[in-house]
Amino acid sequence: MKPSRTSIRRKLVTAMMLTSTTVLVLTGAALILYDVASSRRALVHSLTTRAEILAANSTAALAFDNPDDATRVLAALRSDPSTVMAALYDRHGQLFANYPSHRASTAPGSAPVRMGSWFEHSSVVVHRPVIEDGRTLGTVYLQSDLRALTGRLRVFTLVVLLAVVGSVGVAFALSTWLQRGIATPIGTLAEAARRVSEGKEHSVRANVVSDDELGLLAGAFNEMLGEIQQRDAALRGSEARLRQLNGDLERRVQLRTAELEASNRELEAFSYSVSHDLRAPLRHINGFADLLQRQSRANLDEKGRRYVETISESAKHMGALIDDLLSFSRMGRSEMQQASVNLERIVAEARATLSVDIAGREIVWQVSPLPEVPGDPAMLQLVFTNLLSNAIKYTRGRTPARIDVGATADEDEVVVYVRDNGAGFDMAYLDKLFGVFQRLHSAEEFEGTGIGLANVRRIVLRHGGRVWAEGKLDEGATFYVSLPKEVAGERQNREAA
Amino acid sequence: MGELRRVMLAEDNLKDVELTLAALDEHNLANEVVVVRDGAEAWEYLCREGRYAARPVGLPAVVLLDLKMPKIDGLEVLRRMKSSEALRSIPVVMLTSSREEKDLVESYRLGANAYVVKPVDFERFIAAVKNLGLFWAVFNEPPPGTVRRAA
Repeated sequence: MKPSRTSIRRKLVTAMMLTSTTVLVLTGAALILYDVASSRRALVHSLTTRAEILAANSTAALAFDNPDDATRVLAALRSDPSTVMAALYDRHGQLFANYPSHRASTAPGSAPVRMGSWFEHSSVVVHRPVIEDGRTLGTVYLQSDLRALTGRLRVFTLVVLLAVVGSVGVAFALSTWLQRGIATPIGTLAEAARRVSEGKEHSVRANVVSDDELGLLAGAFNEMLGEIQQRDAALRGSEARLRQLNGDLERRVQLRTAELEASNRELEAFSYSVSHDLRAPLRHINGFADLLQRQSRANLDEKGRRYVETISESAKHMGALIDDLLSFSRMGRSEMQQASVNLERIVAEARATLSVDIAGREIVWQVSPLPEVPGDPAMLQLVFTNLLSNAIKYTRGRTPARIDVGATADEDEVVVYVRDNGAGFDMAYLDKLFGVFQRLHSAEEFEGTGIGLANVRRIVLRHGGRVWAEGKLDEGATFYVSLPKEVAGERQNREAA
Repeated sequence: MGELRRVMLAEDNLKDVELTLAALDEHNLANEVVVVRDGAEAWEYLCREGRYAARPVGLPAVVLLDLKMPKIDGLEVLRRMKSSEALRSIPVVMLTSSREEKDLVESYRLGANAYVVKPVDFERFIAAVKNLGLFWAVFNEPPPGTVRRAA
């Protein structure tokens, strides 16, 4: 048996038994009390009547002072065994006659002062006057034991007790039978709840057929379980879908990653191949052109010598293009270092690097204080070397050349500008400025491969920043680089690059 | 000055061989240059095996190794040389057209003495060969322990 079921059954039976037993016992007690009271009343009444009869019969004996007569009258009491003692007193209160005559000592020698009837110890007493024609002749004293009363009380109590015990038995049988109507459905409900909570089986139903609150409870319970089961199924379904989606996504990511890795490897192999295989024939062109110049110079005419020189120069230029392209490709793939970069030092180092190009030039520099930004020091070094190199290159022919470097900052980013008074550019070609191998000037005017600003753009984008420029033909150009103050993820940079 | 010992040049490209020889010649390098065409041949020469089983005893004063070669590449030859007790002390110069950092790092990791990116510029190429390759060959001052050919 499950403890919970035992408990509700026992509680119900206990409650019913306690109630019925209490009621029965109280009723029995009331009955007994009532009976005791009425029996005593009846006893007193009968004793009083007897005393009155005795008084009536004893007037003559008292009036004529005949104690023997009185004793005879009293002896009639023999017929009632419950009368323990009787006595007659004369009008002076002196004992006149008593009963039983042979035990005279039990009667008080003189009449008690108290009149009427009362209970005393285990007996009842009546003491009343003997009156004839309004004259008090004496008093009669009657004492009866309670034998009849207690006998009756015993029988009555026994009957009541038997009735109570019988009723309790019937009540127990009834309550045991009646509690089933409540305890059984509750037990069924509890069993169902236990199976749900232990086994997590929401398919369980409480099989309770009842039109009362328990039936309602079971119905609500079943409905709730149904709801839970339904939601559980829905949850499981969406969980499975989610897991599948996740799996799909993961597979797709893996596939994409593998594809990306493969294409990255291909790209790497490609650039490796370019740097080896494309360079070798160039080296040969250049090398043999050089040998030709050294060894057969005398056999060549002016035109021939110019041809050989052109071959050499073209080979060198192509070499430079290949180098730049490779560095540009590497810049997009290489891992970024993260450090706090002092832009002022970067600019100073860039100027030092470019000191050879500045030799013999008159340049007025104005470099304002620059902040520190997070980024890759080597890459940012390249950015500013490129920008300053451009400024120096395109101010060739200006005397003096002016180059200003400065910065503005807001909450999120630092904007550094490099301004020159050089050749400038036509804003119409702005979109070509930062393209790979895009040039706005001829090679005769200004040398270069057209990779510098493309590199600048790629590096700045990888830092999460932007590049833009303003310029006017023959009046100079200003290049702007914005760099975020917080380290930006590589996400947007990859997207852009 | 003692007798000049050989220089071994491992290079698969004939044009590069010719250019290198011309550069060495131009600088009046008196050493005999042994040219091998791939890594396997270089290894046979160094070990006096196979087709070089009958070559005179002695080791080159310096080895110029091209990185990319058929069969066994330059890095592998370098690795084998540096793992060999007898060959470990021969100076090795890696000659390559590659500017790839990983090649350079790998070469030095394996114990190369120098790494020369063959520049497109022939003048610089010659300067590089002269500075690095000829240093050991011309002055004939091999690291201690190198077996000297009998005079």
